[in-house]
Amino acid sequence: MAALATGGATPSDGATSFQRKVPASSRLAAIAGTRPSVRHGQLLLSSGLPSLDCVLGGGLAVGTLLLIEEDKYGIYSNLLFKYFLAEGIVCGHNLFVASAKEDPADILKELPAPLFDDVHKNQVDEKETAIKSKQESQESMKIAWRYQNLPKMEVSPAASARFGHYYDVSKTVSPELLKSIKWHRFFLPEEMSLHPEIKTCNMTCGYTRLLQSIQRIIYQEGFDGSYPQKKQKNILRIGIQSLGSVLWGDDICCTDNPEDIFSLTKFLYVLRGLLRMSLSACIITVPAHLIQNKAIMERVTNLSDTVVGLESFIGSERETNPLYKDYQGLIHVHQIPRLNSLICDVSGTKDLAFRLKRKQFTIENKKIINIATLINN
Amino acid sequence: MLSNPPSSLSFLEGSLLIVFQGKLTLLRDTKTDGSFLVHHFLSFYLKAGCKVCFVALLQSFSHYNIIAQKLGVSLTAAKERGQLVFLEGLKSCFDVFFGEEQHVGQTNPLQFVSKDGSNLKTMYEFVRTSLMASGSDSWKCPVLLVDDLSVLLSLGVRPVDVLDFIHYCRVAVCSQLKGNIVVLVHSNDDSEDEENELVVNSLCHQSNLILWAEGLATGFCKDVHGQVKLAKAFSLLPMLP
Repeated sequence: MAALATGGATPSDGATSFQRKVPASSRLAAIAGTRPSVRHGQLLLSSGLPSLDCVLGGGLAVGTLLLIEEDKYGIYSNLLFKYFLAEGIVCGHNLFVASAKEDPADILKELPAPLFDDVHKNQVDEKETAIKSKQESQESMKIAWRYQNLPKMEVSPAASARFGHYYDVSKTVSPELLKSIKWHRFFLPEEMSLHPEIKTCNMTCGYTRLLQSIQRIIYQEGFDGSYPQKKQKNILRIGIQSLGSVLWGDDICCTDNPEDIFSLTKFLYVLRGLLRMSLSACIITVPAHLIQNKAIMERVTNLSDTVVGLESFIGSERETNPLYKDYQGLIHVHQIPRLNSLICDVSGTKDLAFRLKRKQFTIENKKIINIATLINN
Repeated sequence: MLSNPPSSLSFLEGSLLIVFQGKLTLLRDTKTDGSFLVHHFLSFYLKAGCKVCFVALLQSFSHYNIIAQKLGVSLTAAKERGQLVFLEGLKSCFDVFFGEEQHVGQTNPLQFVSKDGSNLKTMYEFVRTSLMASGSDSWKCPVLLVDDLSVLLSLGVRPVDVLDFIHYCRVAVCSQLKGNIVVLVHSNDDSEDEENELVVNSLCHQSNLILWAEGLATGFCKDVHGQVKLAKAFSLLPMLP
């Protein structure tokens, strides 16, 4: 498991609040887009939404699974899915995108464009002129000679040292940025036509292939540490869309008595093993509202690390409720993992609503919304 | 000797170990995470010098190791000196699923995942052979620790097979080897998982001691995570201070 033991003073009875931070020179902290959690040394990733990172206690831990229970029309869960992948692009992580209904290339094309500071934007514009002038004249610096051999400027947005970025949902990510990262695809209709039928572990065929594909990428690209000589470690962000839906060949969403209720849970268990042994993190969206057998969702929750449910106001009576007029839905945090620690980092409240603006997806405390509205009226 | 166990469980400390043998302890959690009890029992029994077989189905070895170190025990050291036999379920399942047929063989404890079955016989054999006393051992009573049993139901094992497994383990560990079994299960009052409730109710009936960790009825609170109820304590209770 990609875990760091801080070995620091962990207060047992809360006698002291001193916590030793992991030294900045630690090798795992050198992976772009991650930061160690100060409480228990677990390496954290941003989920793509800074406000969701706060709710989850700092971020998503490497080696864990984030399960999103889709809202009724899948609109906001799809957005969270895209934010997760977009964050991977900005941080320079590798991506693995799996879907049964949309071609992964199309999913990637529609990712929201990251918002950089204006400073960065100007630098990117200046990059072209700088390269031209550099070739024209290699003028030596007379006064600032010490800086002569340094690169002209920081042009790559992936070099941004921030944890968590903001995105503009009205724009899509630029193709240049997409080309700069390495990504892998799994599109179920394509995979099914390529190879003959196989069935392992009595799991639905689609799930088996997906697991084998993920395992192959993890092994070949060395995310499980199988190439220790590779100096630069990276994270693999895995995104699986609408797992459990009919398109994956699983019938738990369309009948009370599915043929095989264990396929999804077995898949999640094997996936958990894969995640724990590699430098990866996974987001899965599940159409939970379609699964009739609620026992399955309970088991799925137990087998996942972080579980977040989305409930949108579209089509419900809350849409016209003045209390929620600026908000699009509610977020239920069903589960947060306790990793390497007896307790978990969790914010104090579980009543949360979300609001989507063009450049920001914020999550706010429902009670505060209620009080604010009462005061205003 | 035992540093910092949760104070509400201090009555189970060392001296009672002599009389508390051959018992099945059920750890149960509702609306909260009861794994802190598993961590406590793991470090408690290791510090007390017992031989422990830990069937860890849900988390990786390093997770338990890091927490155990905070509680004062090194699992790596315990494994090396033969005091701890650790079954890492996630890793064994990985071997079953991705390994070659002939290499997996018939001895992988989680091989029931690949067949249609539900047969926990190999897992039982694993437990029995790891806890059987060998000549050079000087450990105190053997202990089987399972985290957690509800996962087996998610992997396709039928409730009756889970209960059979526990029964066989009780015969081998509790009555033949005079050891203890500690098992964690999840349950919910409004759970719709009938198979899980069946297993939980049956185990409640069989066990000698039940520790029930519950979330607060009034909802989530940052500082107080829940309460632990002690139920169905055995006849030793009058002896407690």
